[in-house]
Amino acid sequence: MTVHPDPTEVLPAPVAGRSQWQDAWIRLRKNRAAVTSAIVLLVLGLIGIFGPMVWPHPHAQVYPQFVRVPASLEAYPRADTILPGFERELARTRLDHGPPVLEGDRVTVELTSDEPIDPRILRYFQRSDLFSDPSLELAEDELTGTLSAKVERLHFYFGTDAVGRDLAARIMIGVRISLAIGILASIMALLVGVTYGAVSGYLGGRVDNVMMRIVDILYSLPFIFFVILMVVFFGRSIVIIFIAIGATEWLDMARIVRGQTLSLKRQEFVQAAEALGATKAGILARHIIPNTLGPVVVFVTLLVPKAILLESLLSFLGLGVQEPLTSLGLLISEGASNMRGALWLLIWPAITLTLILFALNFLGDGLRDSLDPKDR
Amino acid sequence: MLAYTFRRLLSAVPTVFIIVTLTFFMIRLAPGGPFDLERPLDPLIMANLNKAYNLDAPLWSQYLTYLGNLLRGDLGPSFTRRDFSVNDLFATGMPVSILLGSLALSLAVVLGTLLGAFAALRQNTPVDYTIVGLATFGITTPNFVVAPLLSLLFGVVLGWLPAGGWELGNPAFWILPVATLALPQVAVIARLVRGATIEALRSNHVRTARAYGLPTRVVVGVHALRAAMLPAVSYLGPTAAGLLTGSVVVETIFGIPGIGRYFVQGALGRDYTLVMGTVVVIAVFIIIFNLIVDLMYAWLDPRVRFD
Amino acid sequence: MTRHFTQIAAGAAALLLASSALATAQTVLYRGNDTDPATLDQHRTSTVAEANLLRDLYEGLVTTDPGGKLIPAVAESWEISEGGDVYTFHLRPDAKWSNGDPVTSDDFLFTFRRIMDPATAAGYASILFDILNAEAVAGGEMPVEELGVAAPDPQTLVITLRGPTPYFLELLTHQTGKPLHRASVEQFGDDFTKPGNLVSNGAYMLESFTPNDRIVMQKNPNFWDADNVAIDTIHYIPFEDRSACLRRFEAGEVQICSDVPAEQMAYMEENLPDNLRIAPYLGTYYLPVKVEKEKLADPRVRQAISMVIDRDFIADEVWQGTMLPAFSLVPPGIANYVDPAPELDYADMDLLDREDAAIALLEEAGVDPATLQIELSYNSSENHKNTMTAVADMLKNIGITATLNEMEGTGYFNYLREGGDFDIVRAGWIGDYNDPQNFLYLNETGVSFNYPHWSNAEYDSRMKAAAETTDLAARAEILAEAERIFLADLPSIPILYYSSRALVSDRVSGWEDNLLDNHATRWLSLSE
Repeated sequence: MTVHPDPTEVLPAPVAGRSQWQDAWIRLRKNRAAVTSAIVLLVLGLIGIFGPMVWPHPHAQVYPQFVRVPASLEAYPRADTILPGFERELARTRLDHGPPVLEGDRVTVELTSDEPIDPRILRYFQRSDLFSDPSLELAEDELTGTLSAKVERLHFYFGTDAVGRDLAARIMIGVRISLAIGILASIMALLVGVTYGAVSGYLGGRVDNVMMRIVDILYSLPFIFFVILMVVFFGRSIVIIFIAIGATEWLDMARIVRGQTLSLKRQEFVQAAEALGATKAGILARHIIPNTLGPVVVFVTLLVPKAILLESLLSFLGLGVQEPLTSLGLLISEGASNMRGALWLLIWPAITLTLILFALNFLGDGLRDSLDPKDR
Repeated sequence: MLAYTFRRLLSAVPTVFIIVTLTFFMIRLAPGGPFDLERPLDPLIMANLNKAYNLDAPLWSQYLTYLGNLLRGDLGPSFTRRDFSVNDLFATGMPVSILLGSLALSLAVVLGTLLGAFAALRQNTPVDYTIVGLATFGITTPNFVVAPLLSLLFGVVLGWLPAGGWELGNPAFWILPVATLALPQVAVIARLVRGATIEALRSNHVRTARAYGLPTRVVVGVHALRAAMLPAVSYLGPTAAGLLTGSVVVETIFGIPGIGRYFVQGALGRDYTLVMGTVVVIAVFIIIFNLIVDLMYAWLDPRVRFD
Repeated sequence: MTRHFTQIAAGAAALLLASSALATAQTVLYRGNDTDPATLDQHRTSTVAEANLLRDLYEGLVTTDPGGKLIPAVAESWEISEGGDVYTFHLRPDAKWSNGDPVTSDDFLFTFRRIMDPATAAGYASILFDILNAEAVAGGEMPVEELGVAAPDPQTLVITLRGPTPYFLELLTHQTGKPLHRASVEQFGDDFTKPGNLVSNGAYMLESFTPNDRIVMQKNPNFWDADNVAIDTIHYIPFEDRSACLRRFEAGEVQICSDVPAEQMAYMEENLPDNLRIAPYLGTYYLPVKVEKEKLADPRVRQAISMVIDRDFIADEVWQGTMLPAFSLVPPGIANYVDPAPELDYADMDLLDREDAAIALLEEAGVDPATLQIELSYNSSENHKNTMTAVADMLKNIGITATLNEMEGTGYFNYLREGGDFDIVRAGWIGDYNDPQNFLYLNETGVSFNYPHWSNAEYDSRMKAAAETTDLAARAEILAEAERIFLADLPSIPILYYSSRALVSDRVSGWEDNLLDNHATRWLSLSE
């Protein structure tokens, strides 16, 4: 089976001649690690988009009786908690009852009372996370009856969080948000950062000086206030976070590309192109930028985790994504504070993020190798 | 080069001025003030406080006062730490942050370069995969996970090092914070150096050098690494500035009295002068390090010229 | 200025080395505190962390014993006039400042005048507005000399109040009631709090203060009861990260943590059961409701919302037992109050019955829960978020749609103070002194803490009546009536009572749980 990863996912639209990109495409397909990584990313992306729609537990659903249950392949409730759980609900009915009996997946109990039994007691079992489909058979005088309820079988493969939400469902939402942030930061860095850096480095002199001082200014401005102000003026929305992160994450890229460009523009092939009368834009697009792609691709793989974790800082300050949405960075930081006692809250989101980044790394390396203009 | 350096230092003045001006008005636009605490103050007392701190004056006059003080090197009193001036706070915190930051930076540069070059020379071998794997792990594991883990392991379980706290003269207190600070940077530098070295090894002048029969060690050390350092050096400019001005997370988790926490504490507490002070310090570091980086370009790659 | 400070820091470091060399003869206590103080000038403080430090540095006219009971301190004895509005304190002759000066009534006079002086801009001055003319002095309408405090002789202090204030002695245990050394404050001005300048009259004196690192205090040899102070040196360490304190506690690096991470309760209960101290505390966590909004104007709607909140779940699961379910504003165990205290009448009802009642109430009020949209706002902090998430889920159970709105800290408090356009928010109140008035006055018309902007003439008149009643039992009944009015109208929904939470090493003795969570180091001792 071959899934064709679309290189435009991580790269801007082709800027140079077609054959170069076709070449790269053929080479990329031969790189097994890169193809596997692309598949992993694609699958994670699909999980992020469609997972929450099909997963049995909605990401905002609270299960009050399953707060902080550990990750497990077995179904909840556990066998030894069924009868105590049943007794607890029985106690709320304030009726006399015999011993509850568990048979198959139903619990049954005999009830007696001095007054007619109100069938509304079924609500206690309807509302419980442990039971479903309760039924009550009353004797004619309505003073005795048999109550039975089906035992629920809920799976929390990754456990539940501090208010009883399924961690797997939350990770899916987290993947959705974090991948979106990562992709957005990459696009900003690639479009703005690469162009800005290349132009600054290639034009040099006073232009370079001014352009780089602007970068220095943006580096120094207090990012948190920038976000606070955006929230104040434009209201709180996830778009604000995207803009804020995108606006900061291209700076490093601009400096790296500029550094490369400073070195490239003195090289023979650029000077040859200049001598042949190529336009500045043409040189930038055909000679400079393609030759910076190596470090650019590597840096994108570094920038994605930075952007994802930056979001968790915003969330920590109360400026990030809004409940009940969440992000991987936020899940990991919540997990870190629950490290002792509820380790699963840290481990699963951390594994997910690591998986994304490994895939990105190998895909990035594969892309770099296949795009390298020197290696043909 | 000297003339260039001088011009760059001159251009730092308007840069800092723009940063100060933008920041000053930006932070005043944010809702709330330094005296908006969880327990609200009586309006009468709020008025007294604003008067005492000159916050009731028109914004432009506060701005001019601030600029005047800044020119004299006075960063003003702190609003949230009222027993200290911002100068006091930086005087005690800066040495700590610079010490930890420079240790972490040195460690990251040395270790990162070595690992990156090593991995590049053994591209697509188990050694390479291991280094890349570790580096990826180092990048994905955020410091708010690494720091408590290290403290727990070495401070509580093994008891080899202090679990937290700070004593300036005692290196035992430095180890865990430096390790936490350096880890992601080692990983990033290793990745950048690896990538660039692979590319440099394929470039014509290295191929030529190899064809001449120079030993690989020399080729890598002299030719490949020099060019390969360019992206890493570009990255290091702002990173070094960031490391030397402290890390909120590491300082909070290990209880270190550096200046890293002041930015977040100041921003959250609307401590205008403290935030301004931090921004000025960060700006100075950014400008200096980006200048150093540009000078290093020319040294690493003689083709680079600034005209 | 800068150089001066580094010199002090260097000196402190040298002293630190010297003191660790003498460690065998010295007992040194490492005490975690919630955070650094904004200042050590008690007139400009407001937080619990600052109160902890000032309790060791200064001693007021009265103080509390290890169990939290009021006892004489600088004042040996006192008389209260028949009308209850004039207090005459007799100062103990052996009370001394750390520099050897005697503590005189003039120091107190100076202190009370200073806190009311508008130039001081004391954030908590309003707590002492019960003193005659205090409010006018703080507002700049009267000179400080008009304040109802007099020092007829060095050993006598007379405080005149604007009315009988039965909780006045309790009020004096607050840090705003602690004295300042007149001579050094006048000499150093705002710098009097710096180590070396600060003169204190408590069991300890300030040695150094390194921000974000520690505050070191040494035993005050001139303290009148110094013979009974067992610990020589205290290092107060600020811990913004509660888990960091737990780790250092386990590593033996600190002996007391002032708070614990709620998310690690299970771990601590299992591994540190003898060290974990969870005790009732004088604090309430409640949800102010914007009563001005049409959809929330009907008290029945507010009651319905309150009914469906499962406080047990929030206390036991979200807060892991570090909070208690609350059905009233005034926390249990408070002094000068009625027993049983008023509470919401559905406190003992089963949750599902409460939900039925809530639906019935909404119907009665003509509100369809499906059309009710409520925004729950809170400041960022892990457990506020989880608490509000749980509340939103509970409202969903009767068909109310609740959305969450997390806000950044200072912006949030500003939003509350300025009367932001919220539906329901969260707030917490920790009592300053042990009296129900300290909780109930939050709902008086025009008080800045009154986030709902609720105004009830009957309530205000009860509060006024209580302030003029000297008979404690009668006053308690009037205050209880006020709380009943509040609970019937429910402008704020109380959901939790705070617990004090601490980790205390086995080496520390003398730590007694008390409602105010006051644990002065002078009552503690440390074994090897």
